[in-house]
Amino acid sequence: MSTAEFESVQTLEEQMVESAAPRDLAMDARNLSVWFGKRKVLEGVNIAFPERTCTALIGPSGCGKSTFIRTLNRLHELIPGAALAGSVLYEGKDIYDADVDPVHIRLKIGMVFQKPNPFPSMTIRGNVMSGLKLSGMKRDDHDAIVESTLTSAGLWNEVKDRLDHAAGDLSGGQQQRLVIARALAVEPNVLLMDEPCSALDPASTLKIEETIRELSKNVTIIIVTHNMQQAVRVSDNTAFFLAAENEPGHVVEQGLTTEIFSNPKDQRTLDYVNGRFG
Amino acid sequence: MSSLDTNETLRDLHSAATSHRGDRVFNRVITGAAFTSLIVLAGIAIFLGLQAIPAFQSQGLAFLTTTAWDINTDPPTAGIWGMLYGSVLLAVIALVIAVPASILLSVFMVFLAPPKIAKILTNLVDLMAAIPSVILGLWAFYILNPPAEEWQQLLNQYLGWIPIFENASGNFLGTPFIAGFVLAIMMIPIVTSVTREVLGRTPPELINAAESLGCSLWTMLRYVALPYGRGGIVGGVMLGLGRALGETIAVFFVLKLVYDTNWYKVIESGGGSVATLIVSRFGEVTGPFELQLLLAAGFFLFLGTLVVNMIANLIVSRTGRLQK
Repeated sequence: MSTAEFESVQTLEEQMVESAAPRDLAMDARNLSVWFGKRKVLEGVNIAFPERTCTALIGPSGCGKSTFIRTLNRLHELIPGAALAGSVLYEGKDIYDADVDPVHIRLKIGMVFQKPNPFPSMTIRGNVMSGLKLSGMKRDDHDAIVESTLTSAGLWNEVKDRLDHAAGDLSGGQQQRLVIARALAVEPNVLLMDEPCSALDPASTLKIEETIRELSKNVTIIIVTHNMQQAVRVSDNTAFFLAAENEPGHVVEQGLTTEIFSNPKDQRTLDYVNGRFG
Repeated sequence: MSSLDTNETLRDLHSAATSHRGDRVFNRVITGAAFTSLIVLAGIAIFLGLQAIPAFQSQGLAFLTTTAWDINTDPPTAGIWGMLYGSVLLAVIALVIAVPASILLSVFMVFLAPPKIAKILTNLVDLMAAIPSVILGLWAFYILNPPAEEWQQLLNQYLGWIPIFENASGNFLGTPFIAGFVLAIMMIPIVTSVTREVLGRTPPELINAAESLGCSLWTMLRYVALPYGRGGIVGGVMLGLGRALGETIAVFFVLKLVYDTNWYKVIESGGGSVATLIVSRFGEVTGPFELQLLLAAGFFLFLGTLVVNMIANLIVSRTGRLQK
């Protein structure tokens, strides 16, 4: 293959990625129902997550948002008594198929939790690299990974001179960004965030939101939030979950974030986004 | 709200411990009780130390560096090196068996077993700790000895080329291995109970973190749960080790006490143990001098366990170090 040919192939590939990107689905939950033991907590959820977008999941407490997000990277099944019906497609394949390795899924679909959870006994650098270490991935360019992921997470400038300090010394907001960097180091295609800012102060929240907006250019982000303004600020699409008393949660309405917040079709969505309940 | 209003008078704030009469009494009772345990410990050390002086004067350093127990010769010679070393060897054998077994058992109970089974197992293992050591000794003598003899023959047959599995006498009874095995059975409930407790306290958010990073159970244990619980696990092991080093009667049943140093042949008949030496000689002690010798042996056993505990503390305090 000549150099010219090689270049043309490369550009073609790049073009394909460029043009196909907005329409491809990173993940697709189809008719998903979820149980804890005999209690059904989610019913018939259908949400598609386009690649490289940010989708916000909103709704009052106890409507199953967090449970839903945990089914997307197979963390739900680690709870005793957990059960599930329907399917979750990732790159067109059901992640609950028998031949799918959950460890692989969790590497490709990262997660950031409500409470910052860096490994306290590891250094900042150690935390960033921990995903690679724990999953046994071999990489040589450790320093480059540390710098690029911390930069993506908006933390590099604050910690570049103390990478060998304990992660526990960082503030809550810094810890949460460190955790984001840790999740990014294994190069996930999807990042799940379960109320990532609920334990943080407003200034840290702002930084995380900037990080999310920046990240969603390259990674598909699915974020659970109780903060309406946050959903508006960071997300492209929004899904509104609701659960009646003793009923499983379901999706009331979903669509473009601007539509959901400015022109919702369902009265309950209107009431919720305007703060009338929940 | 950030500063006190100036027109208000500052009140004198007492700590709860001193301002409440009941708490004052309670504090003193507790402090007294805490000191009592120290006094008892010091009392034992002083008593044993004083008793050890004449023995040490007559035998000199040889009491610690040689192995002999010839009381009826003139002058009598006594040395407990083989016994001291034997105690440590038995403890090491017990550790090698008990620690992995306890950790595996704990991991199963905390992370794998259905809650009902975990609960039953917990009770059973705790019950193991309640078996009196004399019963365990009898059990080992009658029930454990025959199969253990065969296990050791197999070890010798297939792994005999490893020096620790040498056996020249063909006698596989009364070996350090059997005694260590019995000690391991005594350690397992202690170590398991502590390990289970600390593993069960691994913060769920750290387990979440590991799981979301694609950890298998093994890597989660290796990098998260075990490092988190290391201090506690070492503490549990040391508690068990304390029992193993001082255990007397169970070892007495299964170990053939020889006044010699069995350096490494764990499946060769004959070994030493300070505690067992004391119990085996105490009943037929020949006079006050031999009694002093035995008390001196006890003093060094006491010192030995103290040193082990100090080493353990050192290990625990070093576990706070950062992982890169």
